[in-house]
Amino acid sequence: MNSAWSWYIILGTVASLAACFWLVAWANRQRASEAEIKESEAHVWDEDVRERNNPLPMWWLWLFIGTIVWSLGYLVYYPGMGSYQGLGTWSQEEQYDAEVQAAEAKYGAIFAAYGQTEVEELVKDPAALAIGASLYQNYCSQCHGSAARGARGFPNLTDDAWQYGGGPAQIEHSILHGRNGIMPPLGAVIGSDVAVDNLVDFVLAMPDGIDTGLPGYADYMKHCVACHGPAGDGLQVIGAPRLNDDVWLYGSSPQEIRKTIVQGRQGYMPANRDLIGPDRARILAAYVYSLSR
Amino acid sequence: MSSQSSYNDRVVRQFTIMTVVWGVVGMLVGLIIAAQLIWPSLNFDVPFLSFGRLRPLHTNAVIFAFGGSALFATAYYVVQRTCHVRLAYDKLAAFTFWGWQAVIVLAAITLPLGITQSKEYAELEWPIDLLIAVVWVAFALVFLVTIGRRRVKHIYVANWFYAAFILTVAVLHIFNNIALPVTLSKSYQIYTGVVDGMMQWWYGHNAVGFFLTAGFLGMMYYFVPKQAQRPIYSYRLSVVHFWALISIYMWAGPHHLHYTSLPNWAQSLGMVFSVILLAPSWGGMINGIMTLSGAWHKLRTDPILKFMIVALSFYGMSTFEGPMMSIKTVNALSHYTDWTIGHVHSGALGWVAMMTIGSLYCLIPRLYGKQAMYSTRLIDVHFWTSTIGVVLYAVSMWISGITQGLMWRALNDDGTLTYSFIESLKFTYPYYGIRLLGGLVFFAGMLVMVYNVYMTVRRTVPEPQAVIQPA
Repeated sequence: MNSAWSWYIILGTVASLAACFWLVAWANRQRASEAEIKESEAHVWDEDVRERNNPLPMWWLWLFIGTIVWSLGYLVYYPGMGSYQGLGTWSQEEQYDAEVQAAEAKYGAIFAAYGQTEVEELVKDPAALAIGASLYQNYCSQCHGSAARGARGFPNLTDDAWQYGGGPAQIEHSILHGRNGIMPPLGAVIGSDVAVDNLVDFVLAMPDGIDTGLPGYADYMKHCVACHGPAGDGLQVIGAPRLNDDVWLYGSSPQEIRKTIVQGRQGYMPANRDLIGPDRARILAAYVYSLSR
Repeated sequence: MSSQSSYNDRVVRQFTIMTVVWGVVGMLVGLIIAAQLIWPSLNFDVPFLSFGRLRPLHTNAVIFAFGGSALFATAYYVVQRTCHVRLAYDKLAAFTFWGWQAVIVLAAITLPLGITQSKEYAELEWPIDLLIAVVWVAFALVFLVTIGRRRVKHIYVANWFYAAFILTVAVLHIFNNIALPVTLSKSYQIYTGVVDGMMQWWYGHNAVGFFLTAGFLGMMYYFVPKQAQRPIYSYRLSVVHFWALISIYMWAGPHHLHYTSLPNWAQSLGMVFSVILLAPSWGGMINGIMTLSGAWHKLRTDPILKFMIVALSFYGMSTFEGPMMSIKTVNALSHYTDWTIGHVHSGALGWVAMMTIGSLYCLIPRLYGKQAMYSTRLIDVHFWTSTIGVVLYAVSMWISGITQGLMWRALNDDGTLTYSFIESLKFTYPYYGIRLLGGLVFFAGMLVMVYNVYMTVRRTVPEPQAVIQPA
């Protein structure tokens, strides 16, 4: 803020406070004269609407003065008068940093110890899992659900179907760095509606084994096999889901599978490293790991 | 009787009846969304019944349709009676009525369709904003020219408050809604980022300060002494609290943006002036309540006065609660919780609605040439339903809101949060139920009012009333 704006704010503030003081002083000057009171009390509107001219209640006046005096003190100590920082040099940014530092000093050691422990060890520690459950409810439950059973588009964390792998390292990686799961839209590539319908039928039949006699087989081998594999086992390295089971992230109806093929899907798991740091991520990974075991 | 020697009560009657109608409509929408918060499936998967669209419809309907019509009606009535002159410009006054009703109907159509600027209490899109601006300027013209034509030297205090409300709302509305139109139903604000936020809450809080406070203080300053048959307590107090109120309110907006990207200095000033606002706000309460001194016995028999005294009490309580909630330490707990909702409704139902209802019961018989309302007993019934309704509403939201705030900040020994968000939501369900019950009881009272008003005004052909000679 340049100094002209700063002075503009200071002058506006001081003028307003001074005007309040002046108003109070005007109202509280020696009692109005008898004649003055008589004059103002003689006004009548609409036959019977009148005003008396009682003095201001003293407690009210002192309340008013008190808040003005308090405000001056506040504006000396805290920022408010333009770019003047206040004697206390307080700011919300510094308050936040101080509170975060205090929390880190108080709790950091607890988490640092857990951060040095392997996930396989942590899952045996009820105290760690309790912390993990608490972290999970605040950082993960919004998408994966309070019971971690997932929702449409958000994987169930309690089963053994893992897009990117269910080992400790993979789970921790997902939490720290996030994941981008992309199923490309293939409608234009596959071409006709009939061909898409055939492919849907083929995919729906995959849990029962690969039926090379189905009309959709040829298109599967051309467009899908690279990621989802010849047997539909999927590929965890790139997050391609297994198709030969009964777990469907976006729904198992022919309509939904058709939509997935034609329009593609965008799966997004955000990176949490900057938000919670590696130590808490380790505990969280242990908690999530424990859910499917 | 020549037209100039009688009051223009036609436009007052029109606005008065619509106040009751919009009150019922606005509160009904409020009931629906209160129920949706308990049973979300009540939106029936229909987009225009979803909470996000009905909530602005509720706020616009109760503030601008119900509150706005009440302010038009009483401002037009009071300015004529206290200036001892007929309302200026009959046709322009009629235009403000039809124009304002058009705004309300357009709001009721566009908001459920999802057409919105996404600015709280300023959701309406630019064509409607333009219509509002035109109607409001006409309102200002009618009101101020009437004051200019007054036949008494002194401008009665109620008119100061009405004038401040009218002029300031014009400024607030116009500056907050400056936007670049793209299509008929879409525009972009010229303000960006935190400046937009600051403009929005400069507008938003002054909508509370001028629309819902100054305007209704104007109503209070006429109808309380009229109904109590007592003089206003202190002229001097009214001068002091008027000027202090209208100058300090202007600064209070930033308290809606504590602990955000708004600069620290702006937050501090918003908080400081909000705290100073306590005494000027209470000036109106003192003047209203002390006007009844010497007439307390009337509260036993006059439910209209009971409405007014409870309204003033809620006004005093809300204007204490407001400055308290603007203090950063308190705000850190209260912000984003149901406490805010409770605060708003103790002001909106307790102060605005109850002062309006009391004033309307005083006004309607006078407008229709009757001695009194059809049933005083039913006014008393309405008084008790309103009081019980607002208490249930406010108390349930206080408990729910403060507990939410405490749950959100509760920490375990390891520094992790004790409660997940969903747990705080589960906690609030019983209180959402109590809130809905409070709303239902308050709404039931409005239906009693509809019946009482209908029985009072039916089959009457009101005679024009002669302008009273100044005393």
